[in-house]
Amino acid sequence: MNAKEDYPADSVGVVSPRCMVIDTPLALDCGRTLPRHELMVETYGSLNIARSNAVLVCHALSGDHHAAGYHAGDHKPGWWDSCIGPGKPVDTHRFFVVALNNLGGCKGSTGPNTLNPDTGKPWGPDFPLLTVRDWVRSQALLADALGISQWAVVMGGSLGGFQVMQWAIDFPARVRNALVIAAAPRLSAQNIAFNEIARQAILSDPEFHGGHFYERRTVPSRGLKLARMLGHITYLSDEAMRAKFGQELRTAAPSFNFDVEFEVESYLRHQGQSFVERFDANTYLLMTKALDYFDPARDFGGDLSAAFRQALAQFFVIAFEADWRFSPARSREIVKALVAAGREVSYASIDSQLGHDDFLMALPEYHRQLRAWLGRIAEQVQA
Amino acid sequence: MNHGLRPDLALIADWIRPGSRVLDLGCGDGALLAHLASHNARGYGLEIDPDNIARCLRRGVNVIEADVDDGLREFADGSFDYVVMNQALQAMQRPDRVVAEMLRVGRTAIVTFPNFGHWRVRLALSNGRMPVTPALPETWFNTPNIHLCTVADFEDLCQAQKWRVLKRSLLDHQLRDGPLMKLAPNFFAEAALYMLGSPPPA
Repeated sequence: MNAKEDYPADSVGVVSPRCMVIDTPLALDCGRTLPRHELMVETYGSLNIARSNAVLVCHALSGDHHAAGYHAGDHKPGWWDSCIGPGKPVDTHRFFVVALNNLGGCKGSTGPNTLNPDTGKPWGPDFPLLTVRDWVRSQALLADALGISQWAVVMGGSLGGFQVMQWAIDFPARVRNALVIAAAPRLSAQNIAFNEIARQAILSDPEFHGGHFYERRTVPSRGLKLARMLGHITYLSDEAMRAKFGQELRTAAPSFNFDVEFEVESYLRHQGQSFVERFDANTYLLMTKALDYFDPARDFGGDLSAAFRQALAQFFVIAFEADWRFSPARSREIVKALVAAGREVSYASIDSQLGHDDFLMALPEYHRQLRAWLGRIAEQVQA
Repeated sequence: MNHGLRPDLALIADWIRPGSRVLDLGCGDGALLAHLASHNARGYGLEIDPDNIARCLRRGVNVIEADVDDGLREFADGSFDYVVMNQALQAMQRPDRVVAEMLRVGRTAIVTFPNFGHWRVRLALSNGRMPVTPALPETWFNTPNIHLCTVADFEDLCQAQKWRVLKRSLLDHQLRDGPLMKLAPNFFAEAALYMLGSPPPA
């Protein structure tokens, strides 16, 4: 089969991941050290001779290394395929794009569902809880392994945007440009509350077995499904849900029971179920904790602008009008702190309808601003 | 020297010392800030039009999407050497509050506006018509200009607010100075440029 015939012209086409072994010990914020770890990685485009055109894509809660293109035989592209490819905003003709499955993930990188070398059993709940800073340290070791001393751009949406900020603060000289999309300077109490309910759903599932469900050959699917259903509500705006589902009954009349009666119930159950089939409950717990712990200002007496004074990158912060999970007001807090720190920053608030998930969509205004900003960077790094 | 810069922006650029920190309210396509960057003056532009935001991003000008009518809350007191507003004061909900905000976040404010006391305006009004002039090309029903003023009105406001006029430049529509400007500025000036400072401490 010819890939060019099978896939759109602006797709990176068929891609395959590879496993990078990081042999350098990684000291974690929790006090523990991982002597070695593995990261699943995909790359698109090619690194130029000056090694100046590398872009790191940081994923959000449920993302992984498969950001663009198609795995052989798949009909569904990577999670940010709308944005990455030849001629797309992150133009793979010009940039060398690196996407990874973060440490603690469940798509092949070292994490709760991989084997603990000390026991020969899956790590499960013994896998250390991680912070965004730990991820950034792990990604810096990956950059070393790839021979990339400075990223042209570090980019990400939502939890991915948290990693971008932490990169710029912790490794100022290694981040030339920082793209922070649909993020926040830290979680609000409301954000943490949603995460806590998601965790309780998983932890209270009898099939969770304190995280040791692999050995029992079970899956805490009810808990994980509920967690994802809850998450999905926060990814969509009230308006988007109304437009998508209304209050439509699936049947002609109410049936007065607890089966699926409304379209939105059907949607949430489907989203929850398909998530259970592709995600790990321990990783979900770990990711939500990393979200909750994120606060780059904590080491600077609660002063976010003091944290950003470490950074050297040119920032571009993007928010979406319909996003209530990480609203434009939260992004403006980031911008305010960057301005107070005297850093280079631009900000755009994109007119949108969907909600938090808008950052994954090919909204014309969004992509136009991305193209404008990334187009200048491509020239800057002679990509 | 301001080669290639639009004449109105060149006049403003001439007033800004190299190495300054500048906030440009309604920065358009970022031409002023891009020019100032080559003189080591850095800063941010505020803009609401997505086309202009894209142009700023493309040329590497820091642009922040914001509506100046909402105030400059995000900016700390005295955080800029200059706060610039070019030909937009008359489109603000409350021009007086905007200038006050400019003088809060900046040491110096530079504002330009079309002079509603210009003879072309007066002529149109004397004929019983709202003016449509080179400086005010829109008709009454589609103009963004909701708070037009004359040079005399503006100076009254400066006096009332105790804003110090540090520099003033009154120009014709080709942005030239001349003897007529000095003779009767409120009659002959089509464009007005002011550099303002905060009230002296009480």
